[in-house]
Amino acid sequence: MTDTALHAPHGAHFVAHDDHAHHDADHKPGFFARWFMSTNHKDIGTLYLIFAIVAGIIGGAISGLMRAELAKPGIQYLVGWANWLPGGDGGLDHALHLWNVLITAHGLIMVFFMVMPAMIGGFGNWFVPIMIGAPDMAFPRMNNVSFWLLIPAFSLLLASPFFGGAGTGWTVYAPLSTYGEPGPSVDMAILSLHLAGASSILGAINFITTIFNMRAPGMTLHKMPLFVWSVLVTAFLLLLALPVLAAAITMLLTDRNFGTTFFDPAGGGDPILYQHLFWFFGHPEVYIMILPGFGIVSQIIATFSRKPVFGYLGMAYAMVAIGVVGFVVWAHHMFVTGLSVNVKMYFTAATMVIAVPTGIKIFSWIATMWGGSLSFKTPMVWAIGFIFMFTVGGVTGVVLANGGIDDYMQDTYYVVAHFHYVLSLGAVFGLFAGFYYWFPKMFGKMYNEFLGQLHFWVFFIGVNLLFFPMHFLGLQGMPRRYPDYPDAYATWNALASHGYEIMAAGMAIFFVNVIYSLIAGPKAPDNPWGEGATTLEWTLSSPPPYHQFETLPKID
Amino acid sequence: MAVAAGLALAGLGTVPAGAAPQAGATAQTAPAPQAAAGPGKVSTIAPTTANATPPAAPASPTLAMDGAPAMTAAPDVGHPIDGRIGLQPQVTTNGQFAHWMHDSILLPLISVISIFVLLLLVWVVIRYRRAANPVPSKTSHNTFIEVIWTLAPVVILVLIAIPSIGLLQAQFKPAPAGAVTLKAIGNQWYWSYQYPDNGGFEITANMLKEKGDPTLAPGARYRTDADGPRLLAADNRIVLPVGVPIRLITTSQDVIHSWAVPAFWIKLDAVPGRLNETSFTIKQPGLYFGQCSELCGARHAFMPIAVEAVPPAQFAAWVKAKGGTMPGGKAPSDKVIPQPGADGSAAKQAEAKAADAATGPVENTTAAAPTSSQGATANGAVGNAGQ
Repeated sequence: MTDTALHAPHGAHFVAHDDHAHHDADHKPGFFARWFMSTNHKDIGTLYLIFAIVAGIIGGAISGLMRAELAKPGIQYLVGWANWLPGGDGGLDHALHLWNVLITAHGLIMVFFMVMPAMIGGFGNWFVPIMIGAPDMAFPRMNNVSFWLLIPAFSLLLASPFFGGAGTGWTVYAPLSTYGEPGPSVDMAILSLHLAGASSILGAINFITTIFNMRAPGMTLHKMPLFVWSVLVTAFLLLLALPVLAAAITMLLTDRNFGTTFFDPAGGGDPILYQHLFWFFGHPEVYIMILPGFGIVSQIIATFSRKPVFGYLGMAYAMVAIGVVGFVVWAHHMFVTGLSVNVKMYFTAATMVIAVPTGIKIFSWIATMWGGSLSFKTPMVWAIGFIFMFTVGGVTGVVLANGGIDDYMQDTYYVVAHFHYVLSLGAVFGLFAGFYYWFPKMFGKMYNEFLGQLHFWVFFIGVNLLFFPMHFLGLQGMPRRYPDYPDAYATWNALASHGYEIMAAGMAIFFVNVIYSLIAGPKAPDNPWGEGATTLEWTLSSPPPYHQFETLPKID
Repeated sequence: MAVAAGLALAGLGTVPAGAAPQAGATAQTAPAPQAAAGPGKVSTIAPTTANATPPAAPASPTLAMDGAPAMTAAPDVGHPIDGRIGLQPQVTTNGQFAHWMHDSILLPLISVISIFVLLLLVWVVIRYRRAANPVPSKTSHNTFIEVIWTLAPVVILVLIAIPSIGLLQAQFKPAPAGAVTLKAIGNQWYWSYQYPDNGGFEITANMLKEKGDPTLAPGARYRTDADGPRLLAADNRIVLPVGVPIRLITTSQDVIHSWAVPAFWIKLDAVPGRLNETSFTIKQPGLYFGQCSELCGARHAFMPIAVEAVPPAQFAAWVKAKGGTMPGGKAPSDKVIPQPGADGSAAKQAEAKAADAATGPVENTTAAAPTSSQGATANGAVGNAGQ
């Protein structure tokens, strides 16, 4: 790669300042220009992380409300909460609708405003350019647009409960979302998804362009760190899946407001069409959430084993395979909608295929540790926790892949347990692992090791108490999205709610650690993890200079 | 296909014998006068909704003399049990096979895999900790083991796929001649049922509220222990024969619902404009409960499904009591099946009004739902989006 290709827009600037690079590199703009008009991938990454933490607090608090309500049979708090909102009439239906608003908000916030911004916007922005030896993203200003689109998107979603509330579930199934939900709330939620989707598409274009065009000399595709591979695959999934969601929810909007009948049988439409479109996006979406976690865990396992990743090519192409196969399995979310037998057989078989590349990843992580020299710093503990929890979530996915079994399991708590094990214990463990791993690099301070380990164990116990009993509830037949349940489900629900309390205590430890470490943490060395940390970010100072790699690194 | 058929047939309600047409099929419609009822005990189970059982029908043979249901739930079949960790017992052939497949193949397999991964992790954590293994190996490839851990899962998945495909084939076996057809129609927020081969009479099943519930209408029937557990008990159970294949057809009047009974291993979405079909045969008499399993709005949790499985003779008596007829040895009817959810246009609705008044579920209105009527809905009428 040549300098001209790399720096075409800014060529003159970089060349002119090459000789006194470090002096100039840390010249930062003023506060407003730096944080509100940023074109710096690291600052935008930090903004994404702050945004994701705020959204995570809100989404997590909502799940706290849900667990409080579900702790005992009967409606305990919903009527009171509903009365705080505008239009509260003290009626039961209003309270029950609030429940649906809560589950919808929890799902949308955690997916679109917590996991995705943290994984891709946060860690992706921070470390993809550095790991490939690039000075910044390919389109720095578009990067800023991607982030700031999230603010109106999130605002619309947060405001919608004050206009009645969208109680459609995160899937926004028609016809419940068309003539089943009058008022502006569902329109607000749909527009929120449009904006968040546009943000992600712009981000995906940026990542693909950056990774394909801005790798340092010698950084071939097959030398890229696995985290970069994971973001590359994720970006392709985003680019191909999100436009389909945009189409589906645009049709919802016109069905709701302009008299079209795409999903209304009275006008020749079909509610099932919406589900096909939604899940054509929705299934790749779950890989969008977990693939960057795979990448993070691969980096961490290699670093703390002091070994290169085992089966690098297999690991990279397993992610590619998961991405490709992830596009042809969507209807396993629709096994009880009345699909024909051949369709169910195909989607059963195709879904099972995904277990193969996923198994390759699990075994390769273990093989990476095998023969290594393992140190159990906080990031490593989270990564090992990720491997086991993701395995547990993965094997219940194999159960659910069977179309015939889903005549029982579909829409029960077994499904809730499954996707929380892969996401809340998989993706979120990956997020925490990455956060602790890169905290010294991003902020120049060491986190507190004891608090990090304590956070892991409290959180680990909490989430397992929270989600494991949900398997039992599902096997006993408890349906999802219920604010009240028959008394026979009381024991496991009570246990799950206690699990939430423990998990919340773990989160408190996390925030104490972050605040304490940012204020009083010891200064981080350039590479706190030793010889196992081989990727380019550890060659830079902690935190890295405002502009890195003004002289491109050479990879051999 | 299902949609097209549904549209073509929309509004052709089947009027049951002896049911007097009621005027004005709205949520506010009062039940037909109970004075017309024969035995007095019918009034003790007067439905709390607009959809009255045909008033001239004799008392149901599934009710005891005091109006309470004669059949009560078995201690461990047909409903969830607190503290249990496994699947509910199954009473259909496919359900028993699927139950076996889960308990004997899938559950052991996933447990073994999880424990295997856990043991590997524990082993590497202990054996290769820095203190025990200060110098890491440099091994980063081993083609043989990579092939093994790619092929081994493939073999396992093929072994799972064999019974899984078999289960799907069994589940999709169409109901044979002589099957009893049950049509379950989802409404916000109750189920209505028709027996198209048995005279097309209609049952409306609302959740029974608790005694002391402030939304319980004065004098309305509340749940007793004989009815079943809280949130599972319905005011009108549907009755199905044991040992006879059942053809289940689901559809919806408004949004998507899902008809689910765990003990039958049956869950089938009720989609407006579509007819979904499956079949099953109940092997033992009993009372089986299920709940709506697709998010359908505020009272999603409050539209239970209660099925009484009885010997065929008792089923025939019940059908007769409801004003229906038994096909009497004939092949099941191939007559058109009414499709109330398929077409919500004003013209079609007007056309269907008379039929709906007698047989159809409560038509949706835009008026606020009176809390005393569980069958009412505050939802906009089908097809009124954007108005």
